[in-house]
Amino acid sequence: MSALKLKKGSTSHSAYNLRPTFSDVIEKHTLAVLVENEPGVLARVIGLFAGRGYNIESLTVAEVDHQGHLSRITIVTTGTPQVIEQIKAQLGRIVSVHEVHDLTVEGPSVERELAMFKVAGQGDKRVEALRLADIFRANVVDSTLETFIFEITGAPEKIDAFADLMRPLGLTEVARTGVAALPRGD
Amino acid sequence: MRKRQTATSEHADMTRQMTGAKMVVQALIDQGVDTVFGYPGGAVLPIYDEVFQQNSIKHILVRHEQGAVHAAEGYARATGKPGVCLVTSGPGATNAVTGLTDALMDSIPIIVLTGQVPTFMIGSDAFQEADTVGITRPCTKHNWLVKETDKLSDVIHEAFHVATSGRPGPVLIDIPKDVQFATGSYNAPKPSTSHYQPQVKGDMEAITELVAALEVAKRPVFYTGGGVINSGPEASQLLRELVSSTGFPITSTLMGLGCYPASGKHWLGMLGMHGLYEANMAMHDCDLMINIGARFDDRITGRIDAFSPRSKKAHIDIDPSSINKVIKADIPIVGDVGHVLEDILKVWKSRGRKTNSAAVAKWWGQIEEWKKVDCLKFKQGPKTIKPQHALARLEALTKDHDRYICTEVGQHQMWAAQYLNFEDPNRWMTSGGLGTMGYGFPASIGVQMGHPDALVINVAGEASWLMNMQELGTAMQFNLPVKQFILNNERLGMVRQWQELLHGERYSHSWSESLPDFVKLAEAFGAKGIICSDPADLDDAIMEMINHDGPVLFDCLVEKHENCFPMIPSGKAHNEMLLGEADTQGVIDAKGSVLV
Repeated sequence: MSALKLKKGSTSHSAYNLRPTFSDVIEKHTLAVLVENEPGVLARVIGLFAGRGYNIESLTVAEVDHQGHLSRITIVTTGTPQVIEQIKAQLGRIVSVHEVHDLTVEGPSVERELAMFKVAGQGDKRVEALRLADIFRANVVDSTLETFIFEITGAPEKIDAFADLMRPLGLTEVARTGVAALPRGD
Repeated sequence: MRKRQTATSEHADMTRQMTGAKMVVQALIDQGVDTVFGYPGGAVLPIYDEVFQQNSIKHILVRHEQGAVHAAEGYARATGKPGVCLVTSGPGATNAVTGLTDALMDSIPIIVLTGQVPTFMIGSDAFQEADTVGITRPCTKHNWLVKETDKLSDVIHEAFHVATSGRPGPVLIDIPKDVQFATGSYNAPKPSTSHYQPQVKGDMEAITELVAALEVAKRPVFYTGGGVINSGPEASQLLRELVSSTGFPITSTLMGLGCYPASGKHWLGMLGMHGLYEANMAMHDCDLMINIGARFDDRITGRIDAFSPRSKKAHIDIDPSSINKVIKADIPIVGDVGHVLEDILKVWKSRGRKTNSAAVAKWWGQIEEWKKVDCLKFKQGPKTIKPQHALARLEALTKDHDRYICTEVGQHQMWAAQYLNFEDPNRWMTSGGLGTMGYGFPASIGVQMGHPDALVINVAGEASWLMNMQELGTAMQFNLPVKQFILNNERLGMVRQWQELLHGERYSHSWSESLPDFVKLAEAFGAKGIICSDPADLDDAIMEMINHDGPVLFDCLVEKHENCFPMIPSGKAHNEMLLGEADTQGVIDAKGSVLV
């Protein structure tokens, strides 16, 4: 674990540093869940959200420690503070889950997402799309005479903004990876 | 000499070559298992072949896989050891699902071994194939599909660790048939090295805060649950010490009955929807609630926003997800009940054993007033047996026996909880969380296996009992003298009660038109049947049941329209209990009727 330099999760084993709960405000939280990389582990996590009626706004998963057989699941979820605390506690009691981190409360973190946009158009619209892509530091990864595929990384809000701009310029298809996130510093 | 050396060196590296099927039996023996409840089928035949060739483990052939799981639950709850089941793939596994869910809700440690089609056929819709780990993922604490024989023994040992550590629960191991046939290396059990090591010690700062609250509380109440029982008999002993030395009143959930003796002078009786008046009133009016191993279930809290409005709440639970799930805890303590109680006593004694005894005495004065309501009173007439009377007589005639009680689910279950007294933990087996009709009979078989010489009684309703009646064959085959005490009102009593209170007395499908003759039914299996309908004959009939050496079906014909009181109606608070028929007119509003 030390190789990954992760702090022990705030909710995996303790209920003392819980924030005040039972408020009606809906909050958005980014959770990093380190799990045993074994068959069915993603189903356990998703099944928990489905079975208990929690929201998933975005979910990404990949193995991050081959030797330790650990995968990292990054989940963006929404709920009242009480629901968020429940989600973390429920995740923490899945046997295959090693650690649960609430990046939203554990200090500053960086959130990034990768997206690809296919934009079809001709003439001014095509030029404008290319110009805006440049401003957003999106790369052209494929091009035909009538289409571009842009690749863009950034915070989800930036990608949303880019999508809004591309829509009138001939946006035909979008693929997004979902959020990956890490806490800043150590 | 040479042979012994070989054995020693084998023991030293602790691995041996054997088939997967043999590994299963070896691992169970090494885990100290003496009883397995199961039913054979194609995908577990290699394991059954190994079961046949040994004498260390007794296999109890049930008549339905659901019965196997409930029997294992009964065994686990009565002995404190994990229960073990062995069933086949496909329908064997799907039949186990109700039992698994039941064990998950009630935190009962059981290990279910299922056969699976060979690995090369998985996913081909083979005969008796089911996605067992997929189906049972939400109803087990954890489950495994073992695809390599070399990994099988470690998984089995880990399964025992997971089932019994932290908050206990059911686990399942799915073993494909080719894995059972193949040879691999067997590892003996060793202390678990897995990352799953739940915290058992409570935070000392929070424990000290709780002790400080105990010292000044004016109207305290202990609210205990199944967690005390699951923590082991020592936890019940520590609880008794804490209660007697503080002098605080104590109530318990359905799951926790027996952790404090019903004859104890601080006992208020069970709380909750059909709990005692004094227990629920004490919960509502207390200023300090100490929840020990209970989970604020909806049967306990009633209306959440009116639940014990003026109290500070401490919550001791080994599962962090129980804390603040339903009711906000002012003093949360995550840990094992036994460990935490030990620390509470230590700190409380070191600070001088203080309580606010004057205020607590006044509080007891109030409780005595509530007790005068005598909420369990009933009038037994000369003609028909009242179910409450049947249980009161059962209590009187069996209380001096080495006695274990199981129940099915419904009115009889609540009456059993109200009218039978439990002096010790592990003596009361009932389906609390899931409310599984059909639980009690197979559970009683499991209990009797764990305690062959004890008096094991299943208090049942006729409808629940019929749900797993096939297990009478099991009881006969293994000569298990379980007593089935059936309160027969020819109705689904609790359903009928709700229809009366909530659905305009429209009794939709809540009675059975053609019930069997239970005496003949017993005799058809070779068991003894007793029927009793006259209150004057009841005692003799119960004595006949107790004294018969073998399974008994006791058909006790009781009052058909009796309702179970006290009752907190859905959507109401603890201080809005119904005490009898006179209170029931229009008590549940539209909002409450949506609740279950």
